Amino acid sequence: MTLVLSQLFTGISIGAVLLLIALGLSLTFGQMNVINMAHGEFIMAGAYTVYVLQQVITSAGASLIVALPIAFAVAGAMGVLLEFLLIRRLYGRPLDTLLVTWGVALILQQAARDIFGAPNVQTRAPDLLTGSIHLPGGLVIASSRVFILVLALTAVAALTLVLKTTSLGRRIRAVVQNRDLAAVSGLATGRVDRLTFFIGSGLAGIAGVALTLIGPIGPAMGTNIIVNAFLVVVVGGIGQLKGTVIVAFALGILQSMVEYTTTVSVASVIVFIVIVAFLQWRPQGLFTLRTRSLA
Amino acid sequence: MTAVASPPVAPPIKPSRKRTGWKTAAGFASGAVALFALAPAALDDFRLGLLAKYLCLAIIAVGIGLAWGRGGMLTLGQGVFFGLGGYAMAMHLKLADAGAGNLPDFMQLYGQLDALPWWWRPFANPVFALVATVALPMLVALLLGQLIFRRRVRGAYFAILSQALAAAMAIFLVGQQGTTGGTNGLTDIQGFFGYDLNDPVNRKMIYFIIAGALLLMLAVAWQLMRSRYGELLVAVRDAEERVRFLGYDPANVKLVAYVVAAGMAGLAGALFVPAVGIISPALVGVVPSIEFVVGVAVGGRASLIGPALGAVAVAWARTALSERVPSAWTYFEGLLFILPIVFLPGGLASLPRLLRKARK
Repeated sequence: MTLVLSQLFTGISIGAVLLLIALGLSLTFGQMNVINMAHGEFIMAGAYTVYVLQQVITSAGASLIVALPIAFAVAGAMGVLLEFLLIRRLYGRPLDTLLVTWGVALILQQAARDIFGAPNVQTRAPDLLTGSIHLPGGLVIASSRVFILVLALTAVAALTLVLKTTSLGRRIRAVVQNRDLAAVSGLATGRVDRLTFFIGSGLAGIAGVALTLIGPIGPAMGTNIIVNAFLVVVVGGIGQLKGTVIVAFALGILQSMVEYTTTVSVASVIVFIVIVAFLQWRPQGLFTLRTRSLA
Repeated sequence: MTAVASPPVAPPIKPSRKRTGWKTAAGFASGAVALFALAPAALDDFRLGLLAKYLCLAIIAVGIGLAWGRGGMLTLGQGVFFGLGGYAMAMHLKLADAGAGNLPDFMQLYGQLDALPWWWRPFANPVFALVATVALPMLVALLLGQLIFRRRVRGAYFAILSQALAAAMAIFLVGQQGTTGGTNGLTDIQGFFGYDLNDPVNRKMIYFIIAGALLLMLAVAWQLMRSRYGELLVAVRDAEERVRFLGYDPANVKLVAYVVAAGMAGLAGALFVPAVGIISPALVGVVPSIEFVVGVAVGGRASLIGPALGAVAVAWARTALSERVPSAWTYFEGLLFILPIVFLPGGLASLPRLLRKARK
């Protein structure tokens, strides 16, 4: 029982990481139909932000707290720049956008290699987050994992709040539901796009900060993570956060359970097969916006 | 999906005017002269070996050109099919190297197995292995394509799924060290159906086989492109719903191009093994799979010869640049993904027409 519970928690914490990464992707994919392959490198930028800050701020706890807003701003700014310079020009060409952002990702990776060096760098985690929490029943969970879970859920709550209550959120939802109608209603869709990209990329920065707690920071860290995050977006469906949340946790739990019963190697194939099977049932993802469009 | 009217999956590229027969024949003839006469005369053994490797990449590119340029399916998982073909060939060659009844060297090394795993056994038969190099990728593509296209999963969704498959395949291969060689892959292949691969004459023979295969695949692609099917494929790319309303099933149309592209990638993998002597997960995963695409984008995705020329040019540039300044290559590759796609979506193949238009 304990074993099952601890696997369950492992799954939930994998899901939390996936969620944190997929949140920003789902936002930009939903609104602009843009697959941003450089999202992983924005995560990397967030992680390196922690590394750089720790050169200045010696206290690990303080640097982590300070890093969250700064990483959000850094990654967000990179996102806006990317949107302004390239993605804007490729409007209506989602597949080309995918390839172009992959090119950007390559350049950012190499830049990180040239600036920070090819080997992984280390950051210090605050003492509070290095230990583990003992629950009744012999269950031991790492406190950094709990922190990431809380962070992911906070990000979801904050994003929901922004989308549901603010005027920016209303504009974003309008553009997601019907871009042309939003434009003729007088919304500056271009500006909404840029703001969405800022938030979406900023969330990648936050994810990067969280990842410093559980893994190494290196130039290639982005590529490895985002493939699964993209799957979350595809399976979750577009335009609604709840799909992303549910699928992130479901995929995390599925992965940890299958890895536990088989091996990591076999699990990767099984998870893929499950996803293709799922798409037979819901080809547009778990939740979809009901529209009359043919696509 | 979104309420946004579904945008065209590829930039509008006018289907090239039907070339008259003799022009194409002349093109194939000059290609054959360049590959079979000029290149072997001008290049030393080492460079010719490199060219053989590039031509394998060109074969994959021809398939991607068909699926992506003509069919609008951006497949980021060609590494999977390349790998299936490559592993099928390498398994046979390893078994042949080991001799009848012996285990391949790496299996003895890791020492967990007493007997050959059952799924290795059929590959001892040369005919089975040769057929499998192409049939296996096509079969996998058929199965996957059936499931995906039938349910109208397309565009970016399809691209992501194909990429996820490449990731899964690479992780799977790395994990099965005892039976697939793990991270190292299948290496150190000595012979090719009885011919010693260390002999330069035999290496030259491999080059000729690859060059012949490339020309053959170009001919296949050309036939498909100029046929009625080719027109239908372009129509599906540009307006899938309209084709459906006309009474065709777009899923079938896409499936054919996808399966053919998979077969080409498998063939390329099979020929890559004797040319380079190795197949490994590093040639199969997400990164190599997307790198197969860049040459196609540079050369001109919708043209016949563009993808092949682009793939060779990019591979050549990679070798030339990374020999001198390794880090410069990655920047350059990044720019290759960005600049042609943003500013020249038709690739280099569209340059002549653009220039002609500019002069008018």
